[in-house]
Amino acid sequence: MEPRYTPTAITLHWLIALGITGAFGLGVYMHELPLSPTKLQLYSWHKWAGVTLFLLILFRLGWRLTHPVPTLPGTMSPALRLAAGAAHWVLYALMLAIPLSGWLMSSAKGFQTVWFGLVPLPDLLAKDAALGDTLKDVHEALNFTLLGLVVLHTAAALKHHFIDRDSVLTRMLPRFRKS
Amino acid sequence: MTHTALTRSTLAAALALGLAGPAQAIEYGTLDTTASKVGFRYTQMGVTLDGQFKQFSAQLRFDPARPEAASTTFEVPLAGIDTGSPEGDDEVKAKTWFDTANHPVARFVSSAVKPLGGNRFEVTGELSIKGKTRPVSFPVTYTPGAPTATFEGALPLRRGDFAIGEGDWASFDIVANNVVVVFHLIAKPLAQ
Repeated sequence: MEPRYTPTAITLHWLIALGITGAFGLGVYMHELPLSPTKLQLYSWHKWAGVTLFLLILFRLGWRLTHPVPTLPGTMSPALRLAAGAAHWVLYALMLAIPLSGWLMSSAKGFQTVWFGLVPLPDLLAKDAALGDTLKDVHEALNFTLLGLVVLHTAAALKHHFIDRDSVLTRMLPRFRKS
Repeated sequence: MTHTALTRSTLAAALALGLAGPAQAIEYGTLDTTASKVGFRYTQMGVTLDGQFKQFSAQLRFDPARPEAASTTFEVPLAGIDTGSPEGDDEVKAKTWFDTANHPVARFVSSAVKPLGGNRFEVTGELSIKGKTRPVSFPVTYTPGAPTATFEGALPLRRGDFAIGEGDWASFDIVANNVVVVFHLIAKPLAQ
């Protein structure tokens, strides 16, 4: 049997993928809205999602560092393997940097982040409108970099499955029946 | 009257005033609008935010010897409101919020000042915002000083009582009903 990712790693991968898709879509949609109660509500939800994802990603990173991952197929060239490994670490870095930049942006803009309206996160930066605008650009640039990498990641997974016909995609898919 | 006698009587008068108590010698009557601060604290989905009123003015009288006779008429032009975000600053001028075109000024007129012991007082009066007047009372702490005195306090109010935030904003789920006006006022002695 082909080596697979652990069920925990698989669950975290797809849960975070779903969460990022939602938070990204929400972010793109909400920031153009005129000020309204709905806009404020969506911003809060986006920030709560960001904090939740940050914690999930920390846990996932801890799991990744303490659990071996299945090796890549020997048919891949060393250069491609190196590229695949690097791309994954950049993905992890972005997944941590994006919520952090959002948190810092909120602080700089003078809006504290209060997780689920209950747990206040400390403001790491004092209010500074110019810095807030810069961090907004940073948050946006990081997100579109992530989007580019996710497209690449998905394209690579599909190529492995449909062209190379190896188990790189399936070993990250949840298994619904015992075999 | 000789020169010496004049000096002596002036000295006597000064001493008499001094014996009456130096604190009582000052009556405060001018608000130092540059040094004073009037802000507000509101809550948005569990997040506490601070705003500032950039403009305000007051007529006030406070004699530490007769605090119960103190009075004030405090006015805040609402066009100078700083909610903490430029988008918010424009929004609150709208009809649904303060409707500053029709109700440009918020006004507090005191009716009574009750000593609470020490340097604390309870100020009662009427607060008018957006054409609605409500009785309010709130504690104020007085810190004597020369030449300026400090008055600090917080006035809690419910935005719903004044129709601040109507229509879509009327629900308190997003922007809470409770708002606290926080003030730090520096008063100068009454102009002689």
